[in-house]
Amino acid sequence: MNLGQAIREALESVSANKLRAALTILGIVIGVAAVIAMLAVGAGAQDTILGSISGIGTNLLFVFQGNLQQDVRNEQPITMADVTAMRDEFQAPHIQEVAPIVRGTVNVSFGGESTAPEIFGVTPEFELVRNYGLIEGSFITDDNVNGLASVALLGPEVADKLFGRRELITGETIRIEGQPFRVIGVLEPKGGGSFGSQDNVILVPLTTARVRLLDRERDHVDVAYVQAINAESVPIVTEEISQILRTRHRTKLGEDDFTVYTQEDILSVAGTITNVLTIFLGGIAAISLLVGGIGIMNIMLVSVTERTKEIGLRKAVGATKKDILIQFLTESSLLSLIGGIIGIIFGWLISFAVGRIAAASGTPFTPNVSLDAILLATIFSTAVGLFFGIYPANRAANLQPVEALRYE
Amino acid sequence: MARKKDVILTNGIEKVYRMGEVEVNALCGVSVKIEKGEVVSIMGPSGSGKSTLMNIIGCLDRPSSGEYYLDNELVSNMNDDQLAVIRNRKVGFVFQNFNLLSRSSALLNVELPLRYAGVTEGRKQRAIKALESVGLGDRVNHKPTELSGGQQQRVAVARAIINNPSIIMADEPTGNLDSKSGEEIMQLLLNMNKEFGTTLIIVTHDPKISERTQRVIRLYDGLVVAQ
Repeated sequence: MNLGQAIREALESVSANKLRAALTILGIVIGVAAVIAMLAVGAGAQDTILGSISGIGTNLLFVFQGNLQQDVRNEQPITMADVTAMRDEFQAPHIQEVAPIVRGTVNVSFGGESTAPEIFGVTPEFELVRNYGLIEGSFITDDNVNGLASVALLGPEVADKLFGRRELITGETIRIEGQPFRVIGVLEPKGGGSFGSQDNVILVPLTTARVRLLDRERDHVDVAYVQAINAESVPIVTEEISQILRTRHRTKLGEDDFTVYTQEDILSVAGTITNVLTIFLGGIAAISLLVGGIGIMNIMLVSVTERTKEIGLRKAVGATKKDILIQFLTESSLLSLIGGIIGIIFGWLISFAVGRIAAASGTPFTPNVSLDAILLATIFSTAVGLFFGIYPANRAANLQPVEALRYE
Repeated sequence: MARKKDVILTNGIEKVYRMGEVEVNALCGVSVKIEKGEVVSIMGPSGSGKSTLMNIIGCLDRPSSGEYYLDNELVSNMNDDQLAVIRNRKVGFVFQNFNLLSRSSALLNVELPLRYAGVTEGRKQRAIKALESVGLGDRVNHKPTELSGGQQQRVAVARAIINNPSIIMADEPTGNLDSKSGEEIMQLLLNMNKEFGTTLIIVTHDPKISERTQRVIRLYDGLVVAQ
């Protein structure tokens, strides 16, 4: 008997008992649907979290004062001179751009409205490093920085709060900590990030922020945002920055008084967390698939008992053990394969619904039904049918024809 | 040992069943010879061992001891799968209760031995021909539940002859049929014997059936008392 015939006979046999087959399949359908949906939700969550981290800017490194791992005496701050040194393309050939920043939280008001966004004192390089686009107006210029200009760029959330709109704001005068600032533009929205909203911000020239708003010492920088020329060179850039700062700060060996933090550090931590989440969800779903498999075994055992006489007859006309084994294994695999296919469709619908619910509740989040998950579910569900079919099929194959024929 | 013309030769076969602690001797040294083309009936009261003998001759079971040659081939010490092949090629069964696959059409039922024989080409045509030869050419796609008892048994006969077996084993073939259908089946089996020279062995306790066979093997308490 070849496989095609075995499948045809299995189909005949399954369709002869439709209700029972449907109920048996149901266990697998639920199991596979759960696996698909859970993996899709897990992958979607991963995409969303990693996406929002990547949204901070590509190839980005952060350099700030202090050492997170150990206490270092006599820490020196990061200064504009350090920034200039990092911009030197001979000392640091893999650095594309460096944006020095001071930041803090301030009160901003316009008319009767007020809000407390995060403020960034920045230079023109910030636009490139952070990939900000503008809805209207123009970015902070070198002239603004040199002249301590009282100008500000609003994040879209700040614009919403103060003006209730995002356009036709340029030229208005707002008050930051009571001082008048002219609005020169509005930033495009970047979406919520894992470090608070990236849209609830206000940008002013570095010098203005340092002197008038945040009261930093001359030349000091809170953070330097460093952009590597590409993602591959991030580790090299880390090394280049460390070399420059070690020399300039005259640190002792192994006692860096600064920290270089890369996107990869953040990504790998977040990636680990979301992977655990996905495995956890998938594991729970796999248990229901297992239960479905036991259901198949149960029904196949009933089916073997019920068809003892048929097995006897088949053996009488020449079926070998292998023939009977294949017949029952094909049937159980087919049951779970059909269940698997229905389960995939069902699971896809569930993850689609989850995506819709998430979108409706304000968290944009797309469950990702990957081809991997579909293949995994198909193979796994067929394997479940095969595995749980082995015991019943073996029982059928080892029936003695005389006894099977005599069975009533 | 075996003569060329003997299709069946058993030599002192015994069969012992173990029922818990007790051993039951169903056959106590049975030696029979059946020649090619013979029509033989096996008779005996219940418990005489005629079913056991039929199972062994039909290669459904193995003797506990003794030798059994089918078509000059020693089959008494073959394993399960080898016996399956022998049953497929050399034995056609007709059972008292027909034993058809109730979900499959007459055609598929008749095809079944060919499927297990690994025949892929011309299966359908051969099955149709076999059904025509038992007079069911117009019932090819009917399921057993849509056929009368006599018709079902005809399907079983068609299934038995499809693979050109050396012997047809019929176990009370008319037992579940009314006298008219029973007579038709009997006639059909005898025709098969005449037409193809197939050895026909009928297990029965009906003297009317055994009268129509050339020879009667009588069993009593596991022994052959006449042949």
